[in-house]
Amino acid sequence: MLVDQFNPLEGKMLSILDKDGNVKDKKLVPKIEDEKLIEIYKTMLLTRVADIKALQYQRQGRMLTYAPNQGQEATQVGSIAASEEKDWLVPAFRELGAWLYKGVPLEQIFLYWYGNESGSDFPENVKMLPISVPIASQLNHAVGIGMATNIKGEDEVTLAYVGDGGTSQGEFSEALNFAGVFNTPTVFIISNNQFAISVPRKFQTKAKTLAQKSIGFGIPGIQVDGNDVLAVYAATKEAVDRARKGEGPTLIETVTYRLGPHTTSDDPKIYREDVEVEEWKEKDPLIRFRKYLIDKNLWDEEKDEKQKEEFENIVNSNFKKVEESGKISLEKIFKYNYEEMTPELIEQYEEYKNYIEKGVK
Amino acid sequence: MPLLNNISAINHALDKEMERDKSVVVYGEDVGFEGGVFRATAGLQKKHGVDRCFDTPLAESGIVGSAVGMAVNGMKPVVEMQFSGFVLPAMNQILGHVARYRNRTRGRYNLPMVIRMPYGGGVRALEHHSESMEDIFAQTPGLKVVIPSTPYDTKGLLLAAIRDPDPVIFLEPKRIYRAFKQDVPEEDYTLPIGKAKIVQEGEDITVVVWGALVREAQKAIKEIEDEGISVELIDLRTISPLDKETIIESVQKTGRFLVVHEAFKSFGPGAELISTVNEGAFLYLEAPPTRLTGFDITIPLPKGEHHFIIEPKQIADKIREIVSF
Ligand SMILES: Cc1ncc(C[n+]2csc(CCOP(=O)(O)OP(=O)(O)O)c2C)c(N)n1
Repeated sequence: MLVDQFNPLEGKMLSILDKDGNVKDKKLVPKIEDEKLIEIYKTMLLTRVADIKALQYQRQGRMLTYAPNQGQEATQVGSIAASEEKDWLVPAFRELGAWLYKGVPLEQIFLYWYGNESGSDFPENVKMLPISVPIASQLNHAVGIGMATNIKGEDEVTLAYVGDGGTSQGEFSEALNFAGVFNTPTVFIISNNQFAISVPRKFQTKAKTLAQKSIGFGIPGIQVDGNDVLAVYAATKEAVDRARKGEGPTLIETVTYRLGPHTTSDDPKIYREDVEVEEWKEKDPLIRFRKYLIDKNLWDEEKDEKQKEEFENIVNSNFKKVEESGKISLEKIFKYNYEEMTPELIEQYEEYKNYIEKGVK
Repeated sequence: MPLLNNISAINHALDKEMERDKSVVVYGEDVGFEGGVFRATAGLQKKHGVDRCFDTPLAESGIVGSAVGMAVNGMKPVVEMQFSGFVLPAMNQILGHVARYRNRTRGRYNLPMVIRMPYGGGVRALEHHSESMEDIFAQTPGLKVVIPSTPYDTKGLLLAAIRDPDPVIFLEPKRIYRAFKQDVPEEDYTLPIGKAKIVQEGEDITVVVWGALVREAQKAIKEIEDEGISVELIDLRTISPLDKETIIESVQKTGRFLVVHEAFKSFGPGAELISTVNEGAFLYLEAPPTRLTGFDITIPLPKGEHHFIIEPKQIADKIREIVSF
């Protein structure tokens, strides 16, 4: 078991690919079919392309606030790829790669960041909760889903995401404790990207690792190289398999780095050095995984260029559709607060329509 | 006299008070090293030291709960909630302890603390970044609720809040953080908490607003300038304790009343104000006292937010409607 082999208290971290894409220990390489390896890589690449584009749109004043993902693609895609379609995804707000792999249409994700609630109305077959802005609050929802899974006697697993900052919230501890007590099939993934806005990881906790926080709750925890998609996959797969067999929750800390700003309203130059960013750029998860695939003869540079171009077009056309989708109707801002509008709401709605008729709105 | 906008007035007031009173400590998420996501505390850590202005782990209940302990043990904490929407994890502390400590201990422990937070809509932000929750705090015994609308008032009220022996919820209308500048005296001054300001005197109708809506009401008044309607505009400045006297006196003079707020309509501050008017000036009324408020819905994301935000045209329309009742 990886969780036994890599005890966070002993300072061990699971890592399979080095930064140049060489396999460090063949025994640790997870079994993944070639087709799936390519699917994982492509999703990481699409995530990267979409992210860069989104930042451009934002700078051109065409997109609102956006939370970039660059550098975290392996964490996002490697984890979700170890789950199945029937499993649940409970997001924080910065897991673009996971959402895309899960099947959320890019157009919808853009719609959300564009400031339209319909961006959270996912297709029927996508078992994912909406983005959760209040940090760490989503983790208890994930546990509740697992409690229901247990009661219903089903074998679905829930993957729940949170940031390093989120581990400081009371709800983080509550969720881990509930998960342990009710033995829920939950895999908690801490995307430790080293920062909560400007606050570095070392100010969040005196603990050496975030993975070791599992120990107090009696559940297994493991720290993995979050820029190594094979390591993330391997750890998550083991946790998912155990959860599915009824062996309970796991906490995974992926050690990664947010290469971009916290959001488009943030200026990271205030709180971190460029050299640090450059160092992490060398550990780029895409570079090393691409190298690995090329060595396996599954991919090549030419394919890569072509694929990137294709994705750029896809991203552009998706965003265009979002821009053309127009404003939100008045009815839509009233209609979803209850199954049926209350008499008071109907009155307010009518009064507002009256404003529009009078031309004062 | 420095020329300050609302956000720099906060920074200026905190700086002055930290200099004057060594028991003042300032903390919250991103507050120390970075100086806050809105830059309200920029430079304070550098100047006053990391012991007195610092970052905390990401936990609002921890921030407010520890401020209770700080206050009990002789400090004057001024803590920041990054956005008012994120005060929710701290509500257990605020409603359950902060508001009650003095009463619970029969006055042995009072809590001279301030909880600052950017509040209100109109900045095209993500969910939980646009709420107006002044009513929740205002209806809780033991809390004072202050909302400044100008740089001058911001300084005077923030200093008063820090020196107040009781906990103050200090709501900062972020939409006007950088909207305009004003000369703010360099020297020390406070403004009384619990005292409204008559922004403009008038004869026909009393309009009560606060925060970012003061400017919107002023625009509305400008719009009806030529229509012969004389408006008395009151900036409430403190939601709790309420300055009943100023409101009642004004309505006794004008006979008409409009309150405008972005907080939800039902059970909102407007309801309280209209009751106040009914109780204190009923026989003077020439039209039903009226509220123009946010809808009873979750405030929409940016693409729908314009439906929610109250515009000067709507205020002007309401004023006309009431005056011609
Ligand atoms: C309860 C709450 N408090 C504050 C915020 C404001 N905020 C948004 S993101 C963030 C930092 C989150 O850091 P982390 O959990 O490490 O995730 P990351 O942003 O690095 O992905 C903060 C403080 C929030 N969204 N929710």
